[in-house]
Amino acid sequence: MLTPRQRARRRAARRYRTVLLFLSPWLIGFSVFIAYPMLASLYYSFTNYDLLSNPKFVGLENYRFMFTKDPRYWQAMRNTLWIIAVGVPLQALVALGTAVLLTRPRRGSRVYRTILFLPKMAPAVAAALAFVFVFNPVTGPVNQLLDTAGVDKPPLWFFSPVWSKWGLVFLGVWGMGQTMIIYLAGLLDVPRHLYEAADVEGASPRQKFRFITLPLISPAIFFSVVTGVIYGFQYFTEAYVASFAIAGQPTGSAAGEVGSPQGSLLFYSLYLYVKGFTDFRMGYASAMAWVLFLITMACTLLLIRTSRRWVHYGTGGFR
Amino acid sequence: MTVLAPRVDRESPAAVARIQRRPEPASVRRRRILIETGNHALLVAVSAIFLLPFVFIVLTSLMSDQQALTPALWPRPFHFSNYAEIFRQSPLLRYTWNTFVIAALSTVGVVVSCVPVAYALSLLEWRGRQATFLLVLATIMLPVQVTVVPLYIVFSRLDWIGTMKPLIVPLFFGDAFSIFLLRQFFLTIPQELLDAARVDGANEARVMTRVVVPLAKPAIAAIALFQFLYAWNDFFSPLLYLGENKHLWTLSLGLSDFRGHFHTQWNLTMAASVLFMLPVILVFFAAQRAFVEGVTLTGVKG
Repeated sequence: MLTPRQRARRRAARRYRTVLLFLSPWLIGFSVFIAYPMLASLYYSFTNYDLLSNPKFVGLENYRFMFTKDPRYWQAMRNTLWIIAVGVPLQALVALGTAVLLTRPRRGSRVYRTILFLPKMAPAVAAALAFVFVFNPVTGPVNQLLDTAGVDKPPLWFFSPVWSKWGLVFLGVWGMGQTMIIYLAGLLDVPRHLYEAADVEGASPRQKFRFITLPLISPAIFFSVVTGVIYGFQYFTEAYVASFAIAGQPTGSAAGEVGSPQGSLLFYSLYLYVKGFTDFRMGYASAMAWVLFLITMACTLLLIRTSRRWVHYGTGGFR
Repeated sequence: MTVLAPRVDRESPAAVARIQRRPEPASVRRRRILIETGNHALLVAVSAIFLLPFVFIVLTSLMSDQQALTPALWPRPFHFSNYAEIFRQSPLLRYTWNTFVIAALSTVGVVVSCVPVAYALSLLEWRGRQATFLLVLATIMLPVQVTVVPLYIVFSRLDWIGTMKPLIVPLFFGDAFSIFLLRQFFLTIPQELLDAARVDGANEARVMTRVVVPLAKPAIAAIALFQFLYAWNDFFSPLLYLGENKHLWTLSLGLSDFRGHFHTQWNLTMAASVLFMLPVILVFFAAQRAFVEGVTLTGVKG
């Protein structure tokens, strides 16, 4: 006979076996595809490694070269910070504006919602190619429109190092559907009685937006800004496709053309890709990857920290 | 789970009509119609701007290659033959099949592996559950670039570069985002339902497949849809692992190469883009509900 305590212990052991069994796909996946590669890339970041010969330990040399001697690294960093600083707020603004518009009609807003979400569905490669064409300075409809509107010397967009990033910013704004849906859900969750109470108090629409709507959807805005910054550092496909389309070369042919025109579309992840997989400098690419990881962590922590000051959560904390 | 239809309680016309028997004054009515018209006018204008790029793509795909290089907007004459031409000039069918195989298999992998993990993280009680869940959450934000170099090295040792395996196999070992989304949904399932099945002698695997999975169909549909579309549209991983093996190229790779190969043939490039977008957009229309609910679920709810 088993004592009650033994029986309880057996049951607990069985329970943990079940849990482990259910978790096993993730446990294996986490160790093999996340934990090991992270540690390995940390090690590689202190080596020179070209895949053919063994990794050679060089200490902090990769990091030193990156920060002090590699102008292309800083160019990529500047471009990335630029597109985050311009693209993320602009996308959030447009998404918020359209989401507010969508809450206003009494009927028929579903159709608009579908249309405004649709660009998000366009595959990134197709969307990037389409925008290179739409913003073509000579044949594209955008500059024709600017021409008829009487704009003198409209921008060359993707063909000018000054304007090329704007083409990608507009591409991002066009694909703001997901952000808009998240904002819309937040807006529809604002309790009606708050607005009614404000009406009784004689609040203006602007005051209602500023003091009721905005505080209550700030978690949604916070969420989209955090993810926007983090994904900004991983920005790859659109820039890669656009720069190759301008250079007019087959995929993966000439590494020198990545980020054209004149390196204005050379973003962090693009440069990492070039270093790792066309130059096969695995050590350097790993060092870049770890800096990227630390930046991502820092951004997330910073935003979570500061959010306490301006994000309103209704009940409970973050998640 | 937030559904984007809580408009019922706020403006249910039937309820309002029953209470407000008194007809509204003509001035109020006129004002209401005016505001409503204004809202629709604004939304029509914004929607038109968002649709225009699609219109340009379709129109250009129907032009001759010469005309696509002129500022003309309207195809004259219509070259429907462009759509046949792209199949002659590139192995589009093979690209489509490759893309489909990768997307379908990786979707199966995500569903099969993430359901039990999410189940353990939401409906089983054990110490360390919260900490494990936080670890899963933390990996959602992990940039692929951080792990890609060692993974590439491992895959190249296994001789997997130039095969579909690196794009499929890892998905059979859980995907943090899908686990998160499923867990959020599982938490809304009442424990009583599970306990009833347990009292009847069902083990956890049976509870999961017989009770939870049928109830969680919308959430499972959402993660399957997300993964399928992600794999369908993905460019970075196919470029990395399939770049050298043209035989296994996906549509993303094929299309990005199109422009390089057919330098000035924007009409064909746009026709191929249309064919690439079309299935995605059709799937979106067919499954819009699951989709929007899924996106909402990933937001700040929960």
